[in-house]
Amino acid sequence: MIRPHRKHPLWLAYAAHRVSGLGLALFLPAHFHVLSLAITRPKDLDTFLSFAEAPLVKLAEFGLVFLLAIHFFGGLRLLALEFLPWSGCQKNLAAATVAGAFLVSGLFFLRAI
Amino acid sequence: MSKSEKTLHVSVWRGEGPQGRFETFRVPRQDNQTVLDVVSWIQQNTDPSLSYRYACRVGMCGSCAMMVNGQPRWTCRTHVSRVADGDRLQIGPLRNLPVIKDLAVDMDPFFEKWIKAGGAHRPSRSRTEPIMPVSPQEPGRVEANKAIECINCAVCYAACDTVAGNPDYLGPAALQRAWTLYNDVKIDDRQAALDRATAAGGCQNCHSQGSCTRFCPNELDPLSAIAGLKRAAAASYFKRRSE
Repeated sequence: MIRPHRKHPLWLAYAAHRVSGLGLALFLPAHFHVLSLAITRPKDLDTFLSFAEAPLVKLAEFGLVFLLAIHFFGGLRLLALEFLPWSGCQKNLAAATVAGAFLVSGLFFLRAI
Repeated sequence: MSKSEKTLHVSVWRGEGPQGRFETFRVPRQDNQTVLDVVSWIQQNTDPSLSYRYACRVGMCGSCAMMVNGQPRWTCRTHVSRVADGDRLQIGPLRNLPVIKDLAVDMDPFFEKWIKAGGAHRPSRSRTEPIMPVSPQEPGRVEANKAIECINCAVCYAACDTVAGNPDYLGPAALQRAWTLYNDVKIDDRQAALDRATAAGGCQNCHSQGSCTRFCPNELDPLSAIAGLKRAAAASYFKRRSE
């Protein structure tokens, strides 16, 4: 339950940025551990890679990319908010442009794979 | 049944210091009624011992701010119809400040931080010297003008989660004042104003949650003022390193 004084887009954007960052921070040690298996235990890595083909793991990967996207754009938002003395209208336009560009490039990317 | 015959169920915080609980009152609902009207009705008709603070009743003095249904509001300019949850209203003392009694909080920590942030005016000229001409179009003046309508109501201070988590944080109002002084060409030492705003508990603690700007009743923008201080601090840091 979100407390009433937090129910506004700026606070929710802050929370999404923090939670996605925490999720990525928890993921990264596991990621590096799996990478290290390529050197230390290649057979275990192969086992893990076949496990990673499972649909549930694929879904989790989608979640991971989603977290990364949220954190990346959250960081850009924060940099724009704090280091660009633009008006609210200018910032909204910039955000809309980035979102539009992301949508178009994402569609081309999805068609390519 | 007309609206004026309806009843509001109002939960009001009662207690001295940190101890207390919500007590429910039934208040006649009017077509035009502010939250301060509701509190005054309770004090005048049901319980004269209810403590609260107000002065001007027209949104100028900044003394009647309270938490209304969990959000900080200036109660004299907040209509019940805009904030009531059906016929229910919860009114509490401002967040992040010590409660004296019921709805009255101790504003000292708020004003002490205002002073700590360098909120006092330190002029560059004495009263015997001629007044410095300042163009209203000068960029610094335009920036300073944005925040001079602050009425010290502490709504932004109560809305801020960073204040809640860090008692040393100066808070949005004090930092917005520091940003005004930093941009004021009549201030004697603007670098000193920036140094005070970037010291421990200063602008770098802000997490840009934006609740200050969201709830400011005068529609000021402390979030952008604090962002301005952060930019000025970064510029000052690189300038000092290159010297």
